[in-house]
Amino acid sequence: MTWNELLLMRHEWTLIGLALVLIILEIGLSDEQKNRITISASLLMASITIVGFIPAEHGSIFGGMYVTDPIRILMKNILNIGALIIFLQSNAWLSKASMKNRITEFYLLLVSSLIGVNYMISAGHFLMFYLGLELLTIPIAALAAYEQYNSKSAEAGIKLILSSAFSSAILLFGLSVLYGATGNLYFAGFSFTGSLVTVLGFIFFFSGLAFKISIVPFHLWTADVYEGSPTSVTSYLSVVSKGAAVFVLAILLFTLFRVIQPVWRDVLYATAILTMTIGNLFAIRQQNLKRFLAFSSIAQAGFILLGVINGGGLGMATVIYFVLMYVFSNLAAFGVVQTVEQSTGKLNIDDYNGFYKTNPKLSLTMMLALFSLAGIPPLAGFFGKFFLFTAVAENGFYTLLLVAVLNTVISLYYYLLVVKAMFINKSESPIPVITSDGFMRTSLLIAATGIIVLGFYSPVFDYIMELCTTY
Amino acid sequence: MIDHVPLTHVLIVSTLMFFIGAYGFLTRKNLVTMLIGVELMLNAVNINFVAFDRYLFPSGIEGHFFSLFIIAIAAAEAAVAIAIFINLYRNIRSIDVEHVDKMKY
Repeated sequence: MTWNELLLMRHEWTLIGLALVLIILEIGLSDEQKNRITISASLLMASITIVGFIPAEHGSIFGGMYVTDPIRILMKNILNIGALIIFLQSNAWLSKASMKNRITEFYLLLVSSLIGVNYMISAGHFLMFYLGLELLTIPIAALAAYEQYNSKSAEAGIKLILSSAFSSAILLFGLSVLYGATGNLYFAGFSFTGSLVTVLGFIFFFSGLAFKISIVPFHLWTADVYEGSPTSVTSYLSVVSKGAAVFVLAILLFTLFRVIQPVWRDVLYATAILTMTIGNLFAIRQQNLKRFLAFSSIAQAGFILLGVINGGGLGMATVIYFVLMYVFSNLAAFGVVQTVEQSTGKLNIDDYNGFYKTNPKLSLTMMLALFSLAGIPPLAGFFGKFFLFTAVAENGFYTLLLVAVLNTVISLYYYLLVVKAMFINKSESPIPVITSDGFMRTSLLIAATGIIVLGFYSPVFDYIMELCTTY
Repeated sequence: MIDHVPLTHVLIVSTLMFFIGAYGFLTRKNLVTMLIGVELMLNAVNINFVAFDRYLFPSGIEGHFFSLFIIAIAAAEAAVAIAIFINLYRNIRSIDVEHVDKMKY
Protein backbone atom coordinates (compact mmCIF):
# COMPACT_ATOMS: atom_id res chain seq x y z
CA MET A 1 0.00 0.00 0.00
CA THR A 2 1.48 3.30 -1.09
CA TRP A 3 1.34 6.69 0.56
CA ASN A 4 -1.13 7.98 -2.02
CA GLU A 5 -3.49 5.13 -1.31
CA LEU A 6 -3.39 5.90 2.39
CA LEU A 7 -4.19 9.53 1.65
CA LEU A 8 -7.49 8.47 0.11
CA MET A 9 -8.70 7.81 3.64
CA ARG A 10 -7.78 11.27 4.87
CA HIS A 11 -11.16 11.99 6.47
CA GLU A 12 -10.88 8.89 8.62
CA TRP A 13 -7.19 9.34 9.42
CA THR A 14 -7.67 12.90 10.60
CA LEU A 15 -10.62 11.93 12.77
CA ILE A 16 -8.72 9.00 14.28
CA GLY A 17 -5.89 11.45 14.95
CA LEU A 18 -8.34 13.76 16.71
CA ALA A 19 -9.53 10.87 18.88
CA LEU A 20 -5.93 10.05 19.87
CA VAL A 21 -5.18 13.71 20.65
CA LEU A 22 -8.27 13.81 22.86
CA ILE A 23 -7.12 10.74 24.80
CA ILE A 24 -3.68 12.30 25.33
CA LEU A 25 -5.26 15.58 26.46
CA GLU A 26 -7.46 13.72 28.92
CA ILE A 27 -4.39 12.13 30.49
CA GLY A 28 -2.20 15.21 30.29
CA LEU A 29 -4.44 17.97 31.55
CA SER A 30 -5.22 18.54 35.22
CA ASP A 31 -8.82 18.93 36.36
CA GLU A 32 -8.66 22.74 36.28
CA GLN A 33 -7.43 22.72 32.71
CA LYS A 34 -10.17 20.40 31.42
CA ASN A 35 -12.25 23.29 30.10
CA ARG A 36 -9.57 23.86 27.45
CA ILE A 37 -10.57 20.61 25.78
CA THR A 38 -13.61 22.17 24.14
CA ILE A 39 -11.61 24.84 22.37
CA SER A 40 -8.87 22.44 21.25
CA ALA A 41 -11.40 19.88 20.03
CA SER A 42 -13.34 22.56 18.15
CA LEU A 43 -10.24 24.02 16.53
CA LEU A 44 -8.99 20.58 15.48
CA MET A 45 -12.41 19.67 14.14
CA ALA A 46 -12.50 22.93 12.18
CA SER A 47 -9.13 22.17 10.60
CA ILE A 48 -10.26 18.62 9.82
CA THR A 49 -13.31 20.05 8.08
CA ILE A 50 -11.11 22.38 6.04
CA VAL A 51 -8.65 19.58 5.18
CA GLY A 52 -11.61 17.57 3.93
CA PHE A 53 -12.37 20.23 1.34
CA ILE A 54 -8.90 20.14 -0.22
CA PRO A 55 -9.27 18.51 -3.62
CA ALA A 56 -7.54 15.14 -3.76
CA GLU A 57 -7.47 11.96 -5.74
CA HIS A 58 -10.13 9.35 -5.41
CA GLY A 59 -10.34 5.66 -5.98
CA SER A 60 -10.77 2.47 -4.06
CA ILE A 61 -8.50 0.61 -1.68
CA PHE A 62 -8.50 -2.65 0.29
CA GLY A 63 -9.65 -4.58 -2.74
CA GLY A 64 -12.68 -2.37 -3.21
CA MET A 65 -13.80 -2.45 0.42
CA TYR A 66 -13.24 1.27 0.74
CA VAL A 67 -14.32 3.63 -2.02
CA THR A 68 -14.09 7.38 -2.40
CA ASP A 69 -15.41 9.54 -5.18
CA PRO A 70 -16.15 13.29 -5.32
CA ILE A 71 -19.78 12.79 -4.24
CA ARG A 72 -18.86 10.73 -1.19
CA ILE A 73 -16.22 13.29 -0.20
CA LEU A 74 -18.80 16.05 -0.48
CA MET A 75 -21.20 14.07 1.72
CA LYS A 76 -18.52 13.57 4.36
CA ASN A 77 -17.66 17.26 4.29
CA ILE A 78 -21.28 18.26 4.79
CA LEU A 79 -21.60 15.98 7.81
CA ASN A 80 -18.26 17.20 9.18
CA ILE A 81 -19.60 20.76 9.11
CA GLY A 82 -22.63 19.55 11.06
CA ALA A 83 -20.40 17.84 13.62
CA LEU A 84 -18.28 20.97 13.97
CA ILE A 85 -21.35 23.07 14.75
CA ILE A 86 -22.44 20.48 17.33
CA PHE A 87 -18.96 20.56 18.92
CA LEU A 88 -19.32 24.32 19.35
CA GLN A 89 -22.85 24.08 20.70
CA SER A 90 -22.04 21.52 23.40
CA ASN A 91 -19.83 23.86 25.39
CA ALA A 92 -22.60 25.41 27.53
CA TRP A 93 -23.87 21.98 28.53
CA LEU A 94 -20.42 20.54 29.19
CA SER A 95 -19.41 23.48 31.41
CA LYS A 96 -22.02 22.47 33.98
CA ALA A 97 -20.57 21.24 37.28
CA SER A 98 -21.94 17.71 36.90
CA MET A 99 -20.24 17.32 33.51
CA LYS A 100 -16.87 18.61 34.59
CA ASN A 101 -14.91 15.37 34.47
CA ARG A 102 -16.66 13.96 31.46
CA ILE A 103 -15.94 16.51 28.74
CA THR A 104 -13.34 14.43 26.91
CA GLU A 105 -15.46 11.31 26.86
CA PHE A 106 -18.25 13.23 25.19
CA TYR A 107 -16.00 14.40 22.37
CA LEU A 108 -14.34 11.01 22.12
CA LEU A 109 -17.64 9.21 21.67
CA LEU A 110 -18.85 11.83 19.20
CA VAL A 111 -15.65 11.49 17.16
CA SER A 112 -15.86 7.68 17.11
CA SER A 113 -19.39 7.94 15.88
CA LEU A 114 -18.25 10.38 13.20
CA ILE A 115 -15.55 7.92 12.09
CA GLY A 116 -18.36 5.38 11.73
CA VAL A 117 -20.28 7.85 9.57
CA ASN A 118 -17.28 8.34 7.30
CA TYR A 119 -16.59 4.63 6.91
CA MET A 120 -20.25 3.92 6.26
CA ILE A 121 -20.43 6.48 3.46
CA SER A 122 -17.19 5.19 1.92
CA ALA A 123 -18.15 1.53 2.15
CA GLY A 124 -17.62 -0.59 -0.93
CA HIS A 125 -18.63 -3.83 0.75
CA PHE A 126 -21.59 -4.70 2.94
CA LEU A 127 -19.31 -5.69 5.83
CA MET A 128 -17.73 -2.24 5.81
CA PHE A 129 -21.17 -0.68 5.63
CA TYR A 130 -22.36 -2.70 8.63
CA LEU A 131 -19.25 -1.88 10.69
CA GLY A 132 -19.68 1.81 9.94
CA LEU A 133 -23.35 1.68 10.84
CA GLU A 134 -22.66 0.06 14.21
CA LEU A 135 -19.74 2.35 14.93
CA LEU A 136 -22.13 5.20 14.23
CA THR A 137 -24.90 3.89 16.49
CA ILE A 138 -23.30 2.35 19.57
CA PRO A 139 -21.42 5.45 20.81
CA ILE A 140 -24.52 7.54 20.24
CA ALA A 141 -26.56 5.24 22.45
CA ALA A 142 -23.98 5.74 25.19
CA LEU A 143 -24.19 9.48 24.64
CA ALA A 144 -28.00 9.51 24.76
CA ALA A 145 -27.74 8.09 28.29
CA TYR A 146 -24.97 10.51 29.19
CA GLU A 147 -26.75 12.44 31.96
CA GLN A 148 -26.17 9.99 34.76
CA TYR A 149 -28.78 11.18 37.24
CA ASN A 150 -31.52 11.90 34.76
CA SER A 151 -33.80 8.90 34.28
CA LYS A 152 -35.18 10.43 31.07
CA SER A 153 -31.71 10.28 29.60
CA ALA A 154 -31.28 6.62 30.57
CA GLU A 155 -34.69 5.90 29.08
CA ALA A 156 -33.67 7.57 25.83
CA GLY A 157 -30.48 5.50 25.76
CA ILE A 158 -32.39 2.27 26.26
CA LYS A 159 -34.93 3.09 23.60
CA LEU A 160 -32.15 3.97 21.16
CA ILE A 161 -29.91 0.97 21.75
CA LEU A 162 -32.73 -1.58 21.75
CA SER A 163 -34.48 -0.23 18.69
CA SER A 164 -31.21 0.15 16.81
CA ALA A 165 -30.10 -3.37 17.76
CA PHE A 166 -33.47 -4.69 16.60
CA SER A 167 -33.25 -2.73 13.36
CA SER A 168 -29.70 -3.83 12.60
CA ALA A 169 -30.75 -7.45 13.19
CA ILE A 170 -33.47 -6.97 10.57
CA LEU A 171 -30.98 -5.30 8.23
CA LEU A 172 -28.54 -8.18 8.67
CA PHE A 173 -31.20 -10.74 7.93
CA GLY A 174 -31.83 -8.90 4.68
CA LEU A 175 -28.11 -8.90 3.95
CA SER A 176 -27.82 -12.63 4.59
CA VAL A 177 -30.66 -13.27 2.15
CA LEU A 178 -28.99 -11.05 -0.44
CA TYR A 179 -25.74 -12.93 0.11
CA GLY A 180 -27.51 -16.21 -0.39
CA ALA A 181 -29.07 -14.95 -3.61
CA THR A 182 -25.95 -13.47 -5.18
CA GLY A 183 -22.92 -14.96 -3.38
CA ASN A 184 -21.19 -11.59 -3.34
CA LEU A 185 -21.12 -8.72 -0.89
CA TYR A 186 -19.01 -6.22 -2.83
CA PHE A 187 -20.99 -3.28 -4.13
CA ALA A 188 -19.01 -3.26 -7.37
CA GLY A 189 -19.64 -6.82 -8.51
CA PHE A 190 -23.15 -7.14 -7.18
CA SER A 191 -25.22 -8.97 -9.77
CA PHE A 192 -28.91 -8.74 -9.17
CA THR A 193 -31.38 -10.80 -11.06
CA GLY A 194 -34.42 -9.09 -9.62
CA SER A 195 -35.76 -12.41 -8.41
CA LEU A 196 -38.22 -12.65 -5.53
CA VAL A 197 -35.47 -13.59 -3.07
CA THR A 198 -33.55 -10.40 -3.73
CA VAL A 199 -36.74 -8.38 -3.34
CA LEU A 200 -37.30 -10.06 0.04
CA GLY A 201 -33.73 -9.29 1.06
CA PHE A 202 -34.12 -5.71 -0.08
CA ILE A 203 -37.30 -5.21 1.95
CA PHE A 204 -35.58 -6.43 5.13
CA PHE A 205 -32.54 -4.31 4.35
CA PHE A 206 -34.64 -1.22 3.69
CA SER A 207 -36.61 -1.67 6.93
CA GLY A 208 -33.37 -1.78 8.90
CA LEU A 209 -32.09 1.41 7.30
CA ALA A 210 -35.49 3.08 7.61
CA PHE A 211 -35.18 2.79 11.39
CA LYS A 212 -32.10 5.00 11.30
CA ILE A 213 -33.73 7.60 9.07
CA SER A 214 -37.00 7.30 11.08
CA ILE A 215 -39.20 6.74 8.07
CA VAL A 216 -42.75 6.33 9.22
CA PRO A 217 -43.64 2.79 10.12
CA PHE A 218 -40.31 2.73 11.96
CA HIS A 219 -40.35 6.17 13.56
CA LEU A 220 -41.76 5.39 17.01
CA TRP A 221 -38.45 5.64 18.85
CA THR A 222 -37.65 9.09 17.43
CA ALA A 223 -39.67 11.46 19.59
CA ASP A 224 -38.83 9.74 22.88
CA VAL A 225 -35.12 9.47 22.18
CA TYR A 226 -34.93 13.06 20.94
CA GLU A 227 -36.73 14.35 24.02
CA GLY A 228 -34.75 12.40 26.58
CA SER A 229 -31.23 12.77 25.17
CA PRO A 230 -29.06 15.77 25.97
CA THR A 231 -29.76 18.41 23.32
CA SER A 232 -26.33 18.14 21.68
CA VAL A 233 -26.89 14.44 21.16
CA THR A 234 -30.37 15.11 19.82
CA SER A 235 -28.97 17.48 17.23
CA TYR A 236 -26.33 14.91 16.28
CA LEU A 237 -29.00 12.23 15.88
CA SER A 238 -31.28 14.44 13.84
CA VAL A 239 -28.61 15.87 11.57
CA VAL A 240 -25.45 13.79 11.22
CA SER A 241 -26.76 10.31 11.91
CA LYS A 242 -29.89 10.80 9.85
CA GLY A 243 -27.99 12.58 7.08
CA ALA A 244 -25.47 9.73 6.84
CA ALA A 245 -28.21 7.11 6.65
CA VAL A 246 -30.00 9.10 3.94
CA PHE A 247 -26.81 9.43 1.90
CA VAL A 248 -26.07 5.73 2.12
CA LEU A 249 -29.64 4.85 1.22
CA ALA A 250 -29.40 7.11 -1.82
CA ILE A 251 -26.04 5.69 -2.93
CA LEU A 252 -27.20 2.09 -2.54
CA LEU A 253 -30.55 2.59 -4.24
CA PHE A 254 -29.02 4.52 -7.14
CA THR A 255 -26.26 2.04 -7.87
CA LEU A 256 -26.73 -1.38 -6.34
CA PHE A 257 -30.48 -1.71 -6.29
CA ARG A 258 -31.07 0.03 -9.61
CA VAL A 259 -32.14 -3.30 -11.08
CA ILE A 260 -35.18 -3.48 -8.82
CA GLN A 261 -36.04 0.19 -9.24
CA PRO A 262 -39.80 -0.42 -9.76
CA VAL A 263 -39.92 -2.20 -6.40
CA TRP A 264 -38.16 0.43 -4.36
CA ARG A 265 -40.03 3.21 -6.12
CA ASP A 266 -43.30 1.77 -4.85
CA VAL A 267 -41.90 1.31 -1.34
CA LEU A 268 -40.55 4.85 -1.21
CA TYR A 269 -43.72 6.30 -2.74
CA ALA A 270 -45.85 4.89 0.07
CA THR A 271 -43.39 5.61 2.88
CA ALA A 272 -42.71 9.17 1.68
CA ILE A 273 -46.41 10.04 1.80
CA LEU A 274 -46.82 8.40 5.22
CA THR A 275 -43.66 9.99 6.65
CA MET A 276 -44.50 13.51 5.55
CA THR A 277 -48.12 13.37 6.65
CA ILE A 278 -47.72 11.62 9.98
CA GLY A 279 -44.64 13.64 10.92
CA ASN A 280 -46.50 16.87 10.22
CA LEU A 281 -49.75 15.90 11.92
CA PHE A 282 -47.98 14.83 15.12
CA ALA A 283 -45.76 17.91 15.11
CA ILE A 284 -48.84 20.14 15.34
CA ARG A 285 -49.85 18.84 18.76
CA GLN A 286 -46.42 18.96 20.42
CA GLN A 287 -45.68 21.36 23.26
CA ASN A 288 -42.12 20.33 24.06
CA LEU A 289 -39.77 21.94 21.53
CA LYS A 290 -37.46 18.93 21.33
CA ARG A 291 -40.39 16.62 20.54
CA PHE A 292 -41.62 19.25 18.11
CA LEU A 293 -38.29 19.27 16.30
CA ALA A 294 -38.27 15.46 16.38
CA PHE A 295 -41.52 15.26 14.45
CA SER A 296 -40.46 18.08 12.17
CA SER A 297 -37.31 16.09 11.38
CA ILE A 298 -39.44 13.02 10.61
CA ALA A 299 -41.43 15.14 8.17
CA GLN A 300 -38.21 16.47 6.62
CA ALA A 301 -37.02 12.87 6.15
CA GLY A 302 -40.21 12.29 4.17
CA PHE A 303 -39.32 15.21 1.93
CA ILE A 304 -35.81 13.85 1.40
CA LEU A 305 -37.34 10.61 0.12
CA LEU A 306 -38.88 12.63 -2.72
CA GLY A 307 -35.39 13.22 -4.06
CA VAL A 308 -34.41 9.59 -3.62
CA ILE A 309 -37.42 8.41 -5.62
CA ASN A 310 -36.09 10.26 -8.66
CA GLY A 311 -33.27 7.74 -8.97
CA GLY A 312 -31.04 9.85 -11.24
CA GLY A 313 -28.44 12.60 -11.10
CA LEU A 314 -31.00 15.29 -10.33
CA GLY A 315 -32.34 13.23 -7.42
CA MET A 316 -28.89 12.74 -5.93
CA ALA A 317 -28.06 16.44 -6.24
CA THR A 318 -31.31 17.51 -4.61
CA VAL A 319 -30.86 15.05 -1.74
CA ILE A 320 -27.35 16.36 -1.03
CA TYR A 321 -28.46 19.99 -1.31
CA PHE A 322 -31.45 19.40 0.95
CA VAL A 323 -29.32 17.71 3.63
CA LEU A 324 -26.82 20.58 3.43
CA MET A 325 -29.59 23.10 4.02
CA TYR A 326 -31.13 20.86 6.68
CA VAL A 327 -27.80 20.71 8.58
CA PHE A 328 -27.70 24.49 8.88
CA SER A 329 -31.40 25.10 9.57
CA ASN A 330 -31.89 22.32 12.09
CA LEU A 331 -28.69 23.10 13.95
CA ALA A 332 -29.61 26.78 14.19
CA ALA A 333 -32.97 25.79 15.72
CA PHE A 334 -31.37 23.29 18.09
CA GLY A 335 -28.72 25.85 19.04
CA VAL A 336 -31.34 28.34 20.20
CA VAL A 337 -33.30 25.62 22.00
CA GLN A 338 -30.13 24.50 23.75
CA THR A 339 -29.14 28.03 24.79
CA VAL A 340 -32.52 28.58 26.38
CA GLU A 341 -32.54 25.13 27.96
CA GLN A 342 -29.09 25.52 29.51
CA SER A 343 -29.75 28.90 31.06
CA THR A 344 -33.40 28.55 32.12
CA GLY A 345 -34.38 24.88 31.74
CA LYS A 346 -37.43 25.86 29.69
CA LEU A 347 -38.41 23.72 26.71
CA ASN A 348 -42.09 24.40 26.04
CA ILE A 349 -43.40 26.51 23.19
CA ASP A 350 -45.48 28.57 25.65
CA ASP A 351 -42.34 29.50 27.54
CA TYR A 352 -41.15 31.29 24.42
CA ASN A 353 -43.96 33.87 24.61
CA GLY A 354 -42.45 37.33 24.45
CA PHE A 355 -39.01 35.90 23.60
CA TYR A 356 -38.38 38.64 21.02
CA LYS A 357 -38.72 41.42 23.62
CA THR A 358 -35.90 40.05 25.74
CA ASN A 359 -33.66 38.19 23.27
CA PRO A 360 -34.08 39.73 19.80
CA LYS A 361 -30.98 38.12 18.25
CA LEU A 362 -31.75 34.59 19.40
CA SER A 363 -35.37 34.87 18.30
CA LEU A 364 -34.34 36.19 14.88
CA THR A 365 -31.99 33.23 14.44
CA MET A 366 -34.76 30.84 15.48
CA MET A 367 -37.13 32.55 13.04
CA LEU A 368 -34.62 32.19 10.24
CA ALA A 369 -34.15 28.50 11.04
CA LEU A 370 -37.87 27.76 11.21
CA PHE A 371 -38.62 29.73 8.03
CA SER A 372 -35.89 27.81 6.28
CA LEU A 373 -37.27 24.48 7.50
CA ALA A 374 -40.75 25.53 6.41
CA GLY A 375 -39.45 26.64 3.01
CA ILE A 376 -40.09 30.37 2.80
CA PRO A 377 -38.65 31.86 -0.40
CA PRO A 378 -35.39 33.72 -0.03
CA LEU A 379 -33.91 31.16 2.39
CA ALA A 380 -32.10 27.91 1.68
CA GLY A 381 -35.03 25.71 2.70
CA PHE A 382 -37.21 27.05 -0.09
CA PHE A 383 -34.72 26.03 -2.76
CA GLY A 384 -34.12 22.71 -1.06
CA LYS A 385 -37.83 21.87 -1.26
CA PHE A 386 -38.20 23.42 -4.70
CA PHE A 387 -35.45 21.24 -6.15
CA LEU A 388 -36.91 18.15 -4.49
CA PHE A 389 -40.27 18.91 -6.08
CA THR A 390 -38.53 19.36 -9.44
CA ALA A 391 -36.95 15.94 -9.03
CA VAL A 392 -40.35 14.35 -8.37
CA ALA A 393 -41.97 16.21 -11.23
CA GLU A 394 -39.26 14.94 -13.58
CA ASN A 395 -40.58 11.43 -13.00
CA GLY A 396 -44.20 12.53 -13.39
CA PHE A 397 -45.34 11.56 -9.87
CA TYR A 398 -47.84 14.40 -9.72
CA THR A 399 -50.03 12.91 -6.96
CA LEU A 400 -46.98 12.60 -4.73
CA LEU A 401 -46.05 16.17 -5.60
CA LEU A 402 -49.52 17.36 -4.61
CA VAL A 403 -49.30 15.56 -1.25
CA ALA A 404 -45.86 17.06 -0.67
CA VAL A 405 -47.06 20.60 -1.43
CA LEU A 406 -50.04 20.18 0.89
CA ASN A 407 -47.65 18.97 3.58
CA THR A 408 -45.49 22.05 3.12
CA VAL A 409 -48.56 24.16 3.90
CA ILE A 410 -49.30 22.12 7.04
CA SER A 411 -45.70 22.41 8.17
CA LEU A 412 -45.82 26.17 7.65
CA TYR A 413 -48.68 26.29 10.17
CA TYR A 414 -46.80 24.68 13.03
CA TYR A 415 -43.48 26.39 12.36
CA LEU A 416 -45.33 29.69 12.42
CA LEU A 417 -46.90 28.75 15.78
CA VAL A 418 -43.44 28.95 17.34
CA VAL A 419 -42.62 32.18 15.51
CA LYS A 420 -45.96 33.63 16.68
CA ALA A 421 -45.19 32.67 20.28
CA MET A 422 -41.84 34.43 20.07
CA PHE A 423 -42.90 37.61 18.29
CA ILE A 424 -46.60 38.23 18.89
CA ASN A 425 -47.75 36.50 22.08
CA LYS A 426 -47.38 38.51 25.26
CA SER A 427 -46.16 37.00 28.49
CA GLU A 428 -46.12 38.12 32.12
CA SER A 429 -42.77 36.49 32.76
CA PRO A 430 -40.82 36.06 29.52
CA ILE A 431 -37.46 34.28 29.38
CA PRO A 432 -34.89 36.68 30.87
CA VAL A 433 -32.07 38.14 28.79
CA ILE A 434 -29.61 35.35 27.93
CA THR A 435 -25.95 35.91 27.20
CA SER A 436 -24.68 32.84 25.39
CA ASP A 437 -20.99 31.98 25.28
CA GLY A 438 -18.69 32.63 22.33
CA PHE A 439 -18.86 29.04 21.06
CA MET A 440 -22.62 29.10 20.78
CA ARG A 441 -22.57 32.51 19.09
CA THR A 442 -20.02 31.31 16.55
CA SER A 443 -22.07 28.20 15.81
CA LEU A 444 -25.28 30.19 15.38
CA LEU A 445 -23.44 32.64 13.15
CA ILE A 446 -22.14 29.80 10.94
CA ALA A 447 -25.60 28.24 10.75
CA ALA A 448 -27.41 31.51 10.01
CA THR A 449 -24.85 32.45 7.36
CA GLY A 450 -25.27 29.02 5.83
CA ILE A 451 -29.05 29.41 5.65
CA ILE A 452 -28.83 32.81 3.95
CA VAL A 453 -25.88 32.12 1.66
CA LEU A 454 -27.28 28.82 0.38
CA GLY A 455 -30.46 30.68 -0.49
CA PHE A 456 -28.81 33.47 -2.44
CA TYR A 457 -25.70 31.84 -3.88
CA SER A 458 -26.74 29.45 -6.63
CA PRO A 459 -23.26 28.12 -7.70
CA VAL A 460 -23.47 25.75 -4.71
CA PHE A 461 -26.25 23.80 -6.34
CA ASP A 462 -24.61 23.99 -9.76
CA TYR A 463 -21.46 22.49 -8.24
CA ILE A 464 -23.38 19.62 -6.60
CA MET A 465 -25.35 19.03 -9.79
CA GLU A 466 -22.14 18.82 -11.80
CA LEU A 467 -20.73 16.17 -9.46
CA CYS A 468 -23.91 14.12 -9.63
CA THR A 469 -24.27 13.89 -13.40
CA THR A 470 -22.61 10.46 -13.35
CA TYR A 471 -25.61 8.92 -11.60
CA MET B 1 -22.84 -34.51 6.86
CA ILE B 2 -23.68 -31.95 4.21
CA ASP B 3 -25.14 -34.76 2.11
CA HIS B 4 -27.68 -35.61 4.76
CA VAL B 5 -28.95 -32.20 5.85
CA PRO B 6 -30.28 -30.11 2.96
CA LEU B 7 -29.90 -26.31 3.01
CA THR B 8 -33.65 -25.84 3.34
CA HIS B 9 -33.65 -27.40 6.78
CA VAL B 10 -30.95 -25.09 8.04
CA LEU B 11 -32.80 -22.10 6.61
CA ILE B 12 -36.04 -23.19 8.28
CA VAL B 13 -34.26 -23.36 11.64
CA SER B 14 -32.65 -19.95 11.19
CA THR B 15 -35.85 -18.28 10.02
CA LEU B 16 -37.79 -19.75 12.95
CA MET B 17 -35.06 -18.55 15.30
CA PHE B 18 -35.16 -15.08 13.80
CA PHE B 19 -38.88 -14.70 14.29
CA ILE B 20 -38.85 -16.27 17.76
CA GLY B 21 -36.28 -13.64 18.64
CA ALA B 22 -38.42 -10.88 17.14
CA TYR B 23 -41.47 -12.19 19.01
CA GLY B 24 -39.51 -12.25 22.26
CA PHE B 25 -38.27 -8.71 21.68
CA LEU B 26 -41.77 -7.41 21.08
CA THR B 27 -43.61 -9.22 23.89
CA ARG B 28 -41.19 -9.52 26.81
CA LYS B 29 -41.35 -6.99 29.64
CA ASN B 30 -37.87 -7.40 31.05
CA LEU B 31 -35.18 -5.37 29.28
CA VAL B 32 -32.55 -8.11 29.56
CA THR B 33 -34.92 -10.63 28.00
CA MET B 34 -35.55 -8.19 25.18
CA LEU B 35 -31.82 -8.04 24.60
CA ILE B 36 -31.70 -11.84 24.52
CA GLY B 37 -34.38 -11.69 21.83
CA VAL B 38 -32.15 -9.47 19.72
CA GLU B 39 -29.20 -11.81 20.25
CA LEU B 40 -31.34 -14.68 19.04
CA MET B 41 -32.12 -12.73 15.87
CA LEU B 42 -28.45 -11.98 15.31
CA ASN B 43 -27.53 -15.63 15.78
CA ALA B 44 -30.17 -16.62 13.24
CA VAL B 45 -28.42 -14.28 10.81
CA ASN B 46 -25.10 -15.95 11.65
CA ILE B 47 -26.56 -19.37 10.84
CA ASN B 48 -27.80 -17.96 7.54
CA PHE B 49 -24.43 -16.55 6.57
CA VAL B 50 -22.50 -19.65 7.52
CA ALA B 51 -24.98 -21.98 5.86
CA PHE B 52 -25.03 -20.00 2.60
CA ASP B 53 -21.26 -19.89 2.61
CA ARG B 54 -20.85 -23.62 3.24
CA TYR B 55 -23.59 -24.90 0.93
CA LEU B 56 -23.77 -22.44 -1.94
CA PHE B 57 -20.39 -20.69 -2.15
CA PRO B 58 -17.83 -23.03 -0.57
CA SER B 59 -15.01 -21.43 -2.58
CA GLY B 60 -15.13 -18.19 -0.55
CA ILE B 61 -15.11 -17.40 3.15
CA GLU B 62 -17.03 -14.13 3.05
CA GLY B 63 -19.99 -15.50 4.97
CA HIS B 64 -17.84 -16.92 7.75
CA PHE B 65 -16.08 -13.60 8.13
CA PHE B 66 -19.31 -11.69 8.24
CA SER B 67 -20.66 -13.87 11.03
CA LEU B 68 -17.45 -13.39 13.05
CA PHE B 69 -17.87 -9.64 12.80
CA ILE B 70 -21.53 -9.91 13.77
CA ILE B 71 -20.59 -11.86 16.91
CA ALA B 72 -18.01 -9.24 17.89
CA ILE B 73 -20.35 -6.31 17.31
CA ALA B 74 -23.22 -8.02 19.12
CA ALA B 75 -20.93 -8.27 22.14
CA ALA B 76 -20.12 -4.56 21.96
CA GLU B 77 -23.78 -3.73 21.60
CA ALA B 78 -24.72 -5.90 24.58
CA ALA B 79 -22.02 -4.27 26.70
CA VAL B 80 -23.33 -0.77 26.03
CA ALA B 81 -26.94 -1.87 26.42
CA ILE B 82 -26.31 -3.52 29.79
CA ALA B 83 -24.36 -0.48 31.00
CA ILE B 84 -27.39 1.66 30.20
CA PHE B 85 -29.68 -0.87 31.94
CA ILE B 86 -27.58 -0.58 35.10
CA ASN B 87 -27.76 3.20 34.88
CA LEU B 88 -31.54 3.00 34.55
CA TYR B 89 -31.75 0.58 37.45
CA ARG B 90 -29.83 3.02 39.63
CA ASN B 91 -32.30 5.74 38.70
CA ILE B 92 -35.66 3.98 38.95
CA ARG B 93 -34.89 0.67 40.71
CA SER B 94 -36.42 -1.42 37.95
CA ILE B 95 -35.60 -2.80 34.54
CA ASP B 96 -39.17 -3.52 33.60
CA VAL B 97 -40.33 -2.00 30.33
CA GLU B 98 -43.62 -0.98 31.95
CA HIS B 99 -41.71 1.44 34.16
CA VAL B 100 -39.73 2.98 31.33
CA ASP B 101 -42.62 5.26 30.41
CA LYS B 102 -41.65 8.76 31.46
CA MET B 103 -41.99 9.98 27.91
CA LYS B 104 -45.15 9.27 26.00
CA TYR B 105 -47.24 10.85 23.32
